[in-house]
Amino acid sequence: MDVTNLTIIKALQDLRSKKYSAVELTNAYIERIKKYNPVLNAFLTVNEKGALDQATRADEQRTKGIELPLLGIPIALKDIFVTKDIKTTAASKVLRNYIPQYDGTVVKKLKDAGAIIIGKTNLDAWAHGSSGENSDFGPTKNPYNTDYVPGGSSSGSPVSITSNMSLAATGTDTGGSIRLPAGFTNTVGLKPTYGRVSRYGVIAMSSSLDSIGHFTKTVEDNALFLNITAGHDTHDATTPMKDVPDYMEHIKKGVKGLKIGVPKEYYGEGLDPRIKELVEKSLKFYESLGAEIIEMSLPYTEYAIAVYYIIQTAEVSSNLARFDGIRYGSDRSHFGDEAKRRIMLGTYVLSAGYYDAYYKKAMQVRTLIKNDFEEAYKKVDVIITPSSPTLPWRLGEKVSDPLKMYLSDIYTVTGNLAGVPGLSVPAGFIDDLPVGIQILGPHFSESLLYQVAYPLEQSLKLYERKPNL
Amino acid sequence: MIYTPVIGLEVHVELKTKSKMFCSCSADYFGKGPNTHTCPVCLGLPGALPVPNKTAIDWCIMIATALNCKINTFSKFDRKNYFYPDLTKGFQLSQYDLPFGEKGYMQLSNGKKVGITRVHMEEDTGKLSHIDNTSLIDFNRSGVPLVEIVTEPDFDNATDVKEYLQRLQQIVRYLDVSNADMEKGDMRLEPNISLRNEDELKNKKLPKYKVEVKNINSFRFVEKAITYEIKRQTETLESGKNPVQETRGWNESKQLTFTQRIKEEANDYRYFPEPDIPPIRLTPNQIDTIKSEMVELPDAKLERFQKEYELSHYDAEILTREIITAEYFEKTVLIGKEKNITAKQIANYIINKKPDITSLSTTDLVSTILEATQTVQMDEPKLNEIIERVLATNQKAVEDYKNGKETVIMFLVGMVMRDAKTKLDAQMVKSKIQEKLQ
Repeated sequence: MDVTNLTIIKALQDLRSKKYSAVELTNAYIERIKKYNPVLNAFLTVNEKGALDQATRADEQRTKGIELPLLGIPIALKDIFVTKDIKTTAASKVLRNYIPQYDGTVVKKLKDAGAIIIGKTNLDAWAHGSSGENSDFGPTKNPYNTDYVPGGSSSGSPVSITSNMSLAATGTDTGGSIRLPAGFTNTVGLKPTYGRVSRYGVIAMSSSLDSIGHFTKTVEDNALFLNITAGHDTHDATTPMKDVPDYMEHIKKGVKGLKIGVPKEYYGEGLDPRIKELVEKSLKFYESLGAEIIEMSLPYTEYAIAVYYIIQTAEVSSNLARFDGIRYGSDRSHFGDEAKRRIMLGTYVLSAGYYDAYYKKAMQVRTLIKNDFEEAYKKVDVIITPSSPTLPWRLGEKVSDPLKMYLSDIYTVTGNLAGVPGLSVPAGFIDDLPVGIQILGPHFSESLLYQVAYPLEQSLKLYERKPNL
Repeated sequence: MIYTPVIGLEVHVELKTKSKMFCSCSADYFGKGPNTHTCPVCLGLPGALPVPNKTAIDWCIMIATALNCKINTFSKFDRKNYFYPDLTKGFQLSQYDLPFGEKGYMQLSNGKKVGITRVHMEEDTGKLSHIDNTSLIDFNRSGVPLVEIVTEPDFDNATDVKEYLQRLQQIVRYLDVSNADMEKGDMRLEPNISLRNEDELKNKKLPKYKVEVKNINSFRFVEKAITYEIKRQTETLESGKNPVQETRGWNESKQLTFTQRIKEEANDYRYFPEPDIPPIRLTPNQIDTIKSEMVELPDAKLERFQKEYELSHYDAEILTREIITAEYFEKTVLIGKEKNITAKQIANYIINKKPDITSLSTTDLVSTILEATQTVQMDEPKLNEIIERVLATNQKAVEDYKNGKETVIMFLVGMVMRDAKTKLDAQMVKSKIQEKLQ
């Protein structure tokens, strides 16, 4: 059964019209996983039996006339999402045999929506990384060229979409870990507004920066998925009581009259000129549809990486303290180098005598970065930038230089510091490697991001360009 | 050289909320099977998040108000990072620089004002037990709400400390926010004790060291432990040495303090604001609402009882020692009013007879008092007859009375009452006898 042309919407139609059953569909994906995962290493755990049980149940429910928004759709979860009775490792040896006793809120919502959990995907251990190379269980490969990285830290999830091993996959974005890999793998990746989606049941990396998002093949699929995951959660005090709109409602509204901001700090030195050209092509396209391109500035951008690596590592050093190996998991000697690096940095910036100069200062500058966006959105509706300053790099190219690796986040960390939503959407290919653009909006403007992304997606139809597996 | 004690107190009060501080597990853990009141949050499992208990915060603000603190309208939780097996997350959720209440005071009976530095919220840890070479951890207590109350180092003697603790216990029991039972661990005390020399006293300087004493589990031992420690430190200073800055434990059976942990420098807890809990912003309206839900506090009730019921300080203090007694008394007074029983009568009865107020209803109490004081009306001629007879058969007493021994009249009253065989109004009988003996 050929599943390589499916989207969530198409699969739901097919399941409703009984073209195939959920069990058949799930089996098809499991077959693909068995065939392609040994090369791509996108999955750490395949939930074969569980998925087939869920699929059987989905078919029964559909027969009874029960309608659920994801009934029978195979999805993958980044292995940082806690799943009851399914091994959850955060791609670290510390948790290599850890089986959680509860489902996180998002996992529960997806299951209640009828989704089939097909497996847990690979990532940089503890979500520390931008390439997938920090996984304790080997890196995931880019399906468009397996010598290259797919980006990280959510590395397995977008690869599972693009290589048709799942129809949707969750991720987390703390400094760009959804938007960057989405750009590298020709997928649509959403980092929602901070607090839009519950963090309960997602292993915490940096509590004030973690955003719970997802990857899909298309913009419409992405909006459908957000309809399910978004909303206030009594288990997460940082989710506001805000209503959840229908994120699919305004997708086809178009961009006429919209003001698109282009911040000069994201188009300067360090940006591959070929990527710049490709992004500018997209901007011209928007102009042709009636949008206005406005040049602007986000002046505090130059401090973003420093601010990010102080705040994030501080919170990481505290969040990883519970992994002492006393009640579950292995002891601390099993932490990888990058985790140790960040724990040390974080502990340092919080120590007595250094707190004011580093952590407190960084938090204050964070407010300035947030203000940059608030001021910008008084003049523009959305901001468009590249998802990454460079093309995907070769496996191993940046591993010996952690700082160089940190600089890959340069266009994405500001979004996390300000808490704003960002959507990465495919913009083209260079050297046969995918390139994405990032659309950033005001808090809770996810509908608008989809509205802006849709016409570009429909014009380029890049979701039709499959990798040669 | 005269040394003056300098004592500050840290008290932890465990709140008797239904659920824990950051999760909905039951907080009523005492005596329950180990690890039966747990969930991912209080176990600090990967992915769990804290959600604050509003009742606990309201109650903390009540305690702070009762201690005359300033309530911060902007407050937050902070992470106190340290490692210990009973601390599931590797950090404790507490408050650092913006506690709910600060800069209050408590006035003692001798007029001394003890400064309250801060009143803040934090979560309790699990409980460790050690058997042979094994250590077991019970997390039922992990996450239970604690209010920490810290005083300025204003105490200079153990008696004041004991009074402070008794008043504090009374306040939280009045507010019904804690059982404050030292034996059960829902009120824990850590005094910091040091001695000032004359020079430091004159210049209002604090000594360069302080000794923290832990494990004092009852009021009985508070004074003893402090007295012992003062004596020990005095001996050390007099021998020319400085007492070591350390934590000592109180040994109940040996009645002494012993070294537990040497504190050379303070732990670096790397406090930072808890990102998982948005800061708490209280409006003056909200603070007023919380205050309006507070019961009348012991001091206020004591004063009011003296005024309103015309009771002595002594009597009013006994009646207001526990709120249950005070409320019982006032209810009885209301009922008694209709039966012409005075507040003083009820007070006397409760104080002297000490009835079991949990089993004796207020209406029954009034009836009991009525019976005890009931006087029966007697036929006037019949009464006169009895009086005449008593006076006739007690000539010596009558003569003694006429010769100035006034107290004899009560004997005669008693004789009349005995013969009458009913409860007569003693005053009335006395007056009649006096009339006749005129």
